Amino acid sequence: MSNGVASLSSQLAPSEAASAVSVQNLRKSFGSLEVLKGVSLSAREGDVISILGASGSGKSTMLRCINMLEVPDSGEIRIGGETIGLKKTRKGMEPADQSQVDRIRSRVAMVFQSFNLWSHMTILENVIEAPVHVQKRPKAECIAEAEELLARVGIVDKRNQYPSHLSGGQQQRAAIARALAMHPKVMLFDEPTSALDPELVGEVLRVMRSLAEEGRTMLVVTHEMGFARDVSNRVVFLHKGVVEEEGAPAEVFGAPKSERFKQFISSHR
Amino acid sequence: MDFAFMRDAFLTLIGGVPLTLNLAFMAVGLGAILAMLLALMRMSGLKVLDWPAQAYVFVFRGTPLLVQIFLIYYGLGQFRPTLQEWGLWVFFREPYWCAVFALTLNTAAYASEIIRGGLQSVPYNQVEAARACGMSGILLFRRVIFPIAVRQALPAYGSEIILMVKATSLASIITMMEVTGLAAKLISQTFRAVEVFIVAGLIYLILNFIITRIIMAIEWWLSPHLRRPPAVEPRLEAAHV
Repeated sequence: MSNGVASLSSQLAPSEAASAVSVQNLRKSFGSLEVLKGVSLSAREGDVISILGASGSGKSTMLRCINMLEVPDSGEIRIGGETIGLKKTRKGMEPADQSQVDRIRSRVAMVFQSFNLWSHMTILENVIEAPVHVQKRPKAECIAEAEELLARVGIVDKRNQYPSHLSGGQQQRAAIARALAMHPKVMLFDEPTSALDPELVGEVLRVMRSLAEEGRTMLVVTHEMGFARDVSNRVVFLHKGVVEEEGAPAEVFGAPKSERFKQFISSHR
Repeated sequence: MDFAFMRDAFLTLIGGVPLTLNLAFMAVGLGAILAMLLALMRMSGLKVLDWPAQAYVFVFRGTPLLVQIFLIYYGLGQFRPTLQEWGLWVFFREPYWCAVFALTLNTAAYASEIIRGGLQSVPYNQVEAARACGMSGILLFRRVIFPIAVRQALPAYGSEIILMVKATSLASIITMMEVTGLAAKLISQTFRAVEVFIVAGLIYLILNFIITRIIMAIEWWLSPHLRRPPAVEPRLEAAHV
């Protein structure tokens, strides 16, 4: 019973902050496989939400729906109060207005599991690409800012090298700098440390922790229990396409309500 | 072997090099534009565009270039009144334009497949990263897809350019006085086929050697990401000492 009260209060407490992302009743199928069965999630500005779940639970698909890399079959997605328009076509659902999607994407940065840096561009060129060509900001300004960001993630000396010259951890930090360069309102992380060698995970998590500390809104699909517990202010556990457990890390890790989440925690300890 | 004669033959045949290169570069240049169009038609996902492009590639890859040249040079003459009506006869009465036309149509068929292969080999995750940054349509194509595709396609496209340089020799059949045309003329005057063709072959070899080097230089320039990073090199040199 005390759990119920605690989770209620945690949901109500910081109601001052504006909504950054709101996902309502999201459904998505691939063929006959229903991956998301009505998922809802909302993030206020400054929230750091860890999204946990076994593989196949739909956590990455949900994250990819937020910036329309996957188009949901039904449900509503609002970014900063703006609803992404969807329309029904013969092939299924599609964004109603590509320019709206492009505009929203330029404010919702994504960091991928396998970094996805552009192989033909240097690290610096990777970072300034979207600010210069999508946001149309002056190049000199973007370069100066990119160098600051690269210094912040600790790879400014690599700015004229190509992604293939960097280690996985360095590439992921470059990808984070690329995401930051767009001045995103929300940052999506899709298993950012899963493709890294164990000894490289720490350097990426440190950067992510510093982003969380400066109050950025972050949605992080991860298997890093330490990050979920210590850095995020909310944890969402997905199982078979539904939210199985949700709440502040202290509550959900301290006293998990769902049997499946208990199993999940114990298997990831 | 009469080297003095071969030197004279070389000096004669070298006069055909400008026309050989002219034909080759006209065909490769115009063909690249047509090839791009065909590749995009094939990748459009629309049957009305895909099928004509497929049929085009099938016909022009499946028939000999010599036959295509003959059909264009002799065949189109039968439609002279229509071509005159359309104002195209000024082109097709000239063997030069017939040769350029045939070579262009031919190279476009091969090059479209090379370009399609290049476009298809662009890693999807890099395209996705671009989309996630708000890129779409022409911007996405221009900044990410095309530059990566070019790097993938260039080695194969280099061979196609070399093939075109050699294919220009067929234009001699329709009176073009490029290297092979001049060679044939010289042989009919001197009856010394072996020496003249050795010289002609040598000229093509030199041309293609230069072209190969240029393509290699472009490849090198476009692919710093495939080389060792510059910062590592001094250390390696030190290790050798």
